[in-house]
Amino acid sequence: MKDTKMQVEAICNGYVIDHIPAGQGVKILRLFNLTDTNQRVTVGFNLPANKGTSKDLIKVENTQISKSQANQLALLAPDATVNEIQDFDVINKHKLSLPDEVENVFPCPNSNCITHGEPVNSLFKIRKVKEQIALKCKYCEKTFTKELVTAQV
Amino acid sequence: MINPLFNKHVISVGDMTRDELELIVKTASSLKQDPQPTLLKEKVIASCFFEASTRTRLSFETAIQRLGGTVIGFDNAGNTSLAKKGETLADSVSVISSYADAFVMRHPQEGSARLASEFSNIPVINGGDGSNQHPTQTLLDLFSIYETQGSLDNLNIAFVGDLKYGRTVHSLAQALAKFTGCRFHFISPSALAMPDYICAELEEQGIDFSVHGTIEEVIPSIDILYMTRVQKERFDETEYQHMKASYILTAAVLEGAKENLKVLHPLPRVDEITTDVDKTPYAYYFQQAENGVYAREALLALVLNETI
Repeated sequence: MKDTKMQVEAICNGYVIDHIPAGQGVKILRLFNLTDTNQRVTVGFNLPANKGTSKDLIKVENTQISKSQANQLALLAPDATVNEIQDFDVINKHKLSLPDEVENVFPCPNSNCITHGEPVNSLFKIRKVKEQIALKCKYCEKTFTKELVTAQV
Repeated sequence: MINPLFNKHVISVGDMTRDELELIVKTASSLKQDPQPTLLKEKVIASCFFEASTRTRLSFETAIQRLGGTVIGFDNAGNTSLAKKGETLADSVSVISSYADAFVMRHPQEGSARLASEFSNIPVINGGDGSNQHPTQTLLDLFSIYETQGSLDNLNIAFVGDLKYGRTVHSLAQALAKFTGCRFHFISPSALAMPDYICAELEEQGIDFSVHGTIEEVIPSIDILYMTRVQKERFDETEYQHMKASYILTAAVLEGAKENLKVLHPLPRVDEITTDVDKTPYAYYFQQAENGVYAREALLALVLNETI
């Protein structure tokens, strides 16, 4: 008999972040404060994905997510999809695209940047330089690779 | 018409347009020829230097006084609430900006001036934030180039020395990239080459640049030779002794230069320009330092006067 039981229960309303690379789910929960809510949040780690690989998945109930909020995830999980759910149906499927900037998610890797210890949010402008994703700090104006910025968290 | 710099913060060269840069340079030129001792009358300028400075602080304070303004402030952070009582820079700025009409600051941390502009009710002028920006140095460099070449377009400019860490060369290259037809020549030890991200920005803007091993290679074709210091401590002694000769300018190296060539240097120099260059018609670094007063006069006058 075919096993039709879902690995993670479907939600009625809210959004699902799917196809997160295995291991990045916890980072995403923490960095984007997704647990900072009274709504039910369901997470799945190391779920089976295509071709024997595994993935993480996050479901947040009764909460909306905008396209620009969803795009903020693109730095950590560029191949993730964000599905908006209404009455158990997917009403919108966002394929992530790189945002123009990312605010208050990653600390500046420059230890002498004024953002450390002052009451301001970090903010990076994002651009592609020769196929590499570069992040430029709004404050110290230093440019870093995506790998350097995201590795710190 | 209200000038476009009125009531504006001056934090980074990247924020400024070609028109704004030209306005400052032309205003500096007119203030040099025709002093205006009342342009800052009844204005109080906070001059807050959280780290040491000689030329920048003294030339700012000279500029303020020559335009009839008064100065409050400090020349090291040692006796401020920031250092003594752990106050944040944001709080210090909120308070100081309620006392004065403009806020000139230098601070050892990168991004401090940008942060200050977000907490200040008055224009903030960046006098240097760590290794990041020093826009008023760039303004006096541009003024010196304009004064000696009559234009900021279609110039051949060589940058020599520490192009990796030198904030003056980064900012000047970024500023000149806003003008038309300038060509850059970079001459540095490979360990101190212009950073990739700046080269990528220049490429994106369609700026022509080339890398050379010695100053002699470019001398016959350049209009401006912008020298900076190669710091001995970045190399071991043998390596330094071996390569330093390539980045030292002597009067002999200048043979064959174009008549209009001028040598600039942000100062202080150590031994990268020998003193025999001082007597040549190409040396312009001391006039360049003097121009710091006029460039800063122009900036303050524009930021604090709707029209001048």
